[in-house]
Amino acid sequence: MRLLPREIETFWTLFTGPAIWAGHFLICYASAAIFCAKPALLGMEFNSLRLGIAFVTVVALVAIALSAFLAWRQWGFGAHDPPHDDPTRHDRLLFQGFATLLLAGLSFVAVLMTALPVIFVSECLR
Amino acid sequence: MTVPGPRASDEERAAQSERLRKVWENPRGWRYWTSVNNTQVGLWYASTAFIFLLFAGALALIMRAQLAWPDSDLVSADFYNQLFTLHGTVMMFLFAVPIFEAVAIFLLPPMIGARELPFPRLGAFGFWSFFLGGIFVCGSIFFDAAPSSGWFMYPPLATDEKLSGIGADIWLLGLSFIEVASIAAAVELIVGIMKCRAPGMRINLMPLFAWYLLIVAGMILFAFPPLIAGDILFEMQRMFDWPFFDPARGGDPLLWQHLFWIFGHPEVYIIFLPAIALLAMIVPTFSRRPIVGYSWIVLAAVGTGFLSFGLWVHHMFATGLPQISLAFFSAASEAVAIPTAVQIFVFIATMLAGRVILSTPMLFGAGGIAIFVIGGLTGVMVAIAPFDWQAHDTYFVVAHLHYVLIGGMLFPVAAGIYYYYPLIDAKRLSDTLGRIAFWLMFVGFNVTFFPMHLTGLLGMPRRVFTYPADLGWNFLNLVSSVGAYVFAFGVLIVVWDVLRPKHREPRAEQNPWNAGTLEWISEPEENWGVRSVPFVSSRYPLWEQPTLAREISEGRWYLPDAKEGRREGLVTSVLDARPEQVLRVGGTSKVTIVSAFSLGAVFIALTFKWWIAGAIAAFTCFCAILYWLWTGTAEIPEKPEKDVGVGLALPLYASGPSSVGWWAMFITMVGDSTAFASLIFGYFFYWTIHEDFTASSAGPGMMWPLVSAALFVFAWLATLAARHFNALERTAFVRAALIMALALTAVASAAGIAGPWLHAMNPTAHVYPAIVWVLVCWTVVHAAVGAAMIAYCLARSLAGRLTKTHDMDLRNVALYWHFLAITALITFFVIGLFPEAL
Repeated sequence: MRLLPREIETFWTLFTGPAIWAGHFLICYASAAIFCAKPALLGMEFNSLRLGIAFVTVVALVAIALSAFLAWRQWGFGAHDPPHDDPTRHDRLLFQGFATLLLAGLSFVAVLMTALPVIFVSECLR
Repeated sequence: MTVPGPRASDEERAAQSERLRKVWENPRGWRYWTSVNNTQVGLWYASTAFIFLLFAGALALIMRAQLAWPDSDLVSADFYNQLFTLHGTVMMFLFAVPIFEAVAIFLLPPMIGARELPFPRLGAFGFWSFFLGGIFVCGSIFFDAAPSSGWFMYPPLATDEKLSGIGADIWLLGLSFIEVASIAAAVELIVGIMKCRAPGMRINLMPLFAWYLLIVAGMILFAFPPLIAGDILFEMQRMFDWPFFDPARGGDPLLWQHLFWIFGHPEVYIIFLPAIALLAMIVPTFSRRPIVGYSWIVLAAVGTGFLSFGLWVHHMFATGLPQISLAFFSAASEAVAIPTAVQIFVFIATMLAGRVILSTPMLFGAGGIAIFVIGGLTGVMVAIAPFDWQAHDTYFVVAHLHYVLIGGMLFPVAAGIYYYYPLIDAKRLSDTLGRIAFWLMFVGFNVTFFPMHLTGLLGMPRRVFTYPADLGWNFLNLVSSVGAYVFAFGVLIVVWDVLRPKHREPRAEQNPWNAGTLEWISEPEENWGVRSVPFVSSRYPLWEQPTLAREISEGRWYLPDAKEGRREGLVTSVLDARPEQVLRVGGTSKVTIVSAFSLGAVFIALTFKWWIAGAIAAFTCFCAILYWLWTGTAEIPEKPEKDVGVGLALPLYASGPSSVGWWAMFITMVGDSTAFASLIFGYFFYWTIHEDFTASSAGPGMMWPLVSAALFVFAWLATLAARHFNALERTAFVRAALIMALALTAVASAAGIAGPWLHAMNPTAHVYPAIVWVLVCWTVVHAAVGAAMIAYCLARSLAGRLTKTHDMDLRNVALYWHFLAITALITFFVIGLFPEAL
């Protein structure tokens, strides 16, 4: 059994990192909104919400890191320099890998920034 | 390596040119307006958008005249409300978004080496929708009936018929109609960029403009539908008193704010990215080198596109949401500065690495970026909630948004006008006038809007029609007003430069700026786009493939002829642009105008509650679209293949995922699903704000919704069965399955309605029955469309136009039904099961 998925050739892998960011953002927003609107629903405390968001954040970061690794592999582990503008399938793959890697970096930072408030905010505070 | 074909003889080439010219030529006389060619539609689109810009600018000048002195009574308070509402509405909906669609329709095909976009008639339909809707909305002010509740139409003010009058209906229905045009443009652009690039133009070679537009079109699909969903709820309240935003009956005005800003914030980037895309074409040309950091621009475009959806609540910082929620949106609002900065640094790096020519377009571009950066910095300030609470609803925000929009959009568009004008009529605009206009606009802009930061910090609220003399705002307001007129004078010089007669001037060179991208080989005198569709093997083909322009104009590449007298283009693969199919696109037609105007008539009739007229218009529109589809789509070609030149033969027909029609259906349904998701969001939103969501009133029960869901699944399976039998050439079974699907759809819809109907849910009593009814109606209307599609396939089959190989209609309908099945399942599970789970 192989540990890493095989390389797939499609347009859509480009959006992996941002899509994970979007999922993480939605979970943070929806869970906090529901928790603050209906605190009695699950009988949880705010700290449980913070822990939950921390857990989701770690999962999202690991997923982005994994997608970054796959992108790095598609980019040939950095063995070739941009601009990747040759009219070949090889250069097109390198371009996709590099752009995906950059987006994974941005998504990683953005997920961290989204999660930061739960370190500092300790109640719903209306 | 693909090499061009041999040169044909002079007579042969002349004959080819003549045939091509005839196929692509415009009709004459009044029929000129039935043209669907991207060049004409793009120009009409842009001209109309500019007229709306000047109109909205004139409204702004009246406002600045009113505000120049304290206690002024130049205009009344109510008229002032109409002025600022219409100014914002027109600038956002009738200028900023349409101008991007216009530029895209005009420039994109030549830029990606295509003859046309894949759905020219859809483009024309979008233009006529925009034209009519725009005139309707703008015209209202001459009848003192313009919307007056601000461009974001907050309830409860805007839902109160006494306070807002008919203006709010004009806003809602007029703009819903224009949103249809935007979604049409998004479909056209996504399919165009993904499937119609010139052969060889792999995604790593695509012009950056195309990358930006692809992202923007994708954003439209997710940003506009929530507003359409909001419009539906809003209009149901105004027309039929369903209490979605009325707190007395369980509604909540905040839901409108959510839906509006889920649209409204990405909208800012939908406006900004295409303008920056123009700069991404202009900067390399005048830096005399390829862009530095192509992949980084892709990062910036995609990153901004996604992050811009996590910002909407920063317009709602002052509404009392939990601070933990505000903090998430604050964080995302800060994060979006990263990709935005990346694209600006890429431009600076390109300029540093090249030899910059400070031409007029560059002047506008650089000035725009300087202004935009200031707006971006104040944006980071207002992204911080505590600062925003101070600045909220003051002139500080007015200053911020104008710095962002005018710097990020209007100046780059002016740069684009000066840069691309030679493509329109083979003349150049005046450098002298351009420079004078730039400095007037640049200075005038800053004199107008910079003082507004200060008036805002001094506490002047936005949208007041006058102010007392003793608050210390007098001088700053006077300065702003003077600046506004200087700015307007600059804009007028640009207008004059564009309109002044130029017939005595010599023809400009084909590529006056010596640019590297393909749009510069298109000849303004010819309507065919490119003489032959080239094979592209670099990012800047005119720089790096020096013989290409000549080979193209000698007709040595693909499709140099139009022997069958049809408008043709190539469909290529998504990643590597391998040629896959010859696409025959629709030509000149009146059906686009009839469809757009009858659809417009539906919206106008609804505004004035002329029900019968509305029904007649809707029927006309339905017939027009049916005629359009039957005569103009899924055409069966006279032969399976065609020789396209350069030793290549390609099929003339494709269906399923390799056809552009399938993609268009898929993309449309993604947008449609977003609107549906917004309604579902509304359902759960009401659940969160109430202790008892159902207000102890009756629900639709469990049985009927579940029966309906099951029947919809069976109808979907029957549609799939029809597709399956069609592939086996069992025509009788195909027809039987289609009839079965029709019957099941009817029964399923009846069962869906039975739930709320038999439990006597009254939608005007409380928001709970109202939101249930809206979800059921949404599903049933979609089922009716699904049924019409099935009936259409049945008719095609009976007419002998649905066969094993020519099955595009049926496959597209099956795709629609995948989405419909999901919609029905979600609707009926949510309304049937969720109340039971509580």
